[in-house]
Amino acid sequence: MTDRLDAVFRREAGRCTATLIRVLGDIDLAEDAVAEAFAVAAERWPADGVPPNPGGWILTTARNRAIDRLRRESTRTDRHVAAHRLHVDSLEPDDTTELDDLDAFADVVADDQLRLMFLCCHPALNADAQVALTLRLLGGLDTDEIARAFVVPEATMAQRIVRAKRKLRDNHAPYRIPRPAELPDRLDAVLATIYLIFTEGHTATSGDALTRVDLSNEAIRLGRVLVELMPDEPEAVGLLALMLLTEARRPARVDDDGSMVRLADQDRARWDRALVDEGHALVRACLRRNQPGPFQVQAAIAAVHADAPTADATDWSQIVALYDQLYAMRPNAVVALNRAIAIAELDGPGAGLAALASIDDAAALADYQPYHAGRADLLARAGHVHEAVAAYDRALDLTTNPAEREFLGRQRRSTQKNLT
Amino acid sequence: MPQYLLGVWHDNDYDMDFSTPDAQRLSAQVGAFNDELQRTGTWVFGAGLHPASSATVVRSTKGDVSMTDGPYAESKEQMGGFWVIEAPDLDAALDWAAKAAAACEGPVEVRPMQG
Repeated sequence: MTDRLDAVFRREAGRCTATLIRVLGDIDLAEDAVAEAFAVAAERWPADGVPPNPGGWILTTARNRAIDRLRRESTRTDRHVAAHRLHVDSLEPDDTTELDDLDAFADVVADDQLRLMFLCCHPALNADAQVALTLRLLGGLDTDEIARAFVVPEATMAQRIVRAKRKLRDNHAPYRIPRPAELPDRLDAVLATIYLIFTEGHTATSGDALTRVDLSNEAIRLGRVLVELMPDEPEAVGLLALMLLTEARRPARVDDDGSMVRLADQDRARWDRALVDEGHALVRACLRRNQPGPFQVQAAIAAVHADAPTADATDWSQIVALYDQLYAMRPNAVVALNRAIAIAELDGPGAGLAALASIDDAAALADYQPYHAGRADLLARAGHVHEAVAAYDRALDLTTNPAEREFLGRQRRSTQKNLT
Repeated sequence: MPQYLLGVWHDNDYDMDFSTPDAQRLSAQVGAFNDELQRTGTWVFGAGLHPASSATVVRSTKGDVSMTDGPYAESKEQMGGFWVIEAPDLDAALDWAAKAAAACEGPVEVRPMQG
């Protein structure tokens, strides 16, 4: 029963919270009510059985509890209550007919989830706050889980979440789906937040491996929800495809000693075929739509890698062409770095080093570990051993991840052997 | 309807010489922005401030009044002017702030007012 309840919680907590925020106009009240409803469920369901529509049951119970509480506390002046509400266009706590038949109002509930995504990723919040709030309210993660995942003290994370919620409330942040004119920018913020959660889970700057996988899975779950809610947004589809194709490589990314394995050296038989196939299908759907964007192009690059049965069989000319396209959309130093590394595969390490040297904004990469690791590899392959060792040292200084450190240390040792 | 403070921030030593073309341009832009606020019923109040060096800080401790010359915070940036606007929600206030920042060619801080 605990497992069953957990499963319902993971699926329904974000959805219920999203709808109750609209009904109640208050994030904390909605969160408390949902938590209370799950506590009641934990008490009753083992004896009474799980209701046929567990989400609807949780939502109705939570709504009733919250309204009881509002009435108990109505000694506070209405003006005070109103002053502490989010701005909701149609706010009528007693008009809850729709909650009694959730399935008939599936569109309304879906819109609520979108409203909550846009609220959590509001541009008036900084990226850390956006990520924390998204995981808390949409993912239903506990504050201590989020704190552990990002390796910050629980008190710090709690303060971050409280501050973000208070800012939205004090500012009367609107609870709505952005208008078409604002949608591109606002959607970019949502996509960036989900991708940040994913990459934190995937690259594991620190922290224990298990929590990290959970973060990636949560990001993929949010990506799926977003695609379901906005099926006509090709970049949302592109983001999901990119995450699936990247996640597919996870079983091959770390060897039995816990050391990182480069894409070129990965045992491709260990890639998750189901995720690859799903990612491929999404990339093809994007290509057919022909409205390319940065996430779609990155997904296409991941798909070219996934297409190659061996690293040697990779179609590098296509990858370089895709990086050219990506650079035209996002002319930043990290894209230029990845493009240079692809050029090295196509035309040799000398061409790659020349491309690295021509990066306009190279100063932006000075403290970027992958730049020094990539440069070290190209230098070693081009026979510049001394410079390569120095670049490995710089990369080692910058890495915080044990698997990466192990890998870079090994590369450095094998390069240095060539000196003697 | 919620009210928001839009504060315009300048360097501490900012002092406008109204005879220059730059100042004329800024005045015209801010004037047009003020008109728009008033036309749409968004305006509550607004004013430019004399430089921060003109400020006096007054303290009252158990009836003892003391004064110091200059602004409260020793800071490289000071508020140079402000509006109080009425807007339905944060996003509307942020849209007005974007127009304000364009009009006065400087950063604008948005703060919700209590009540």
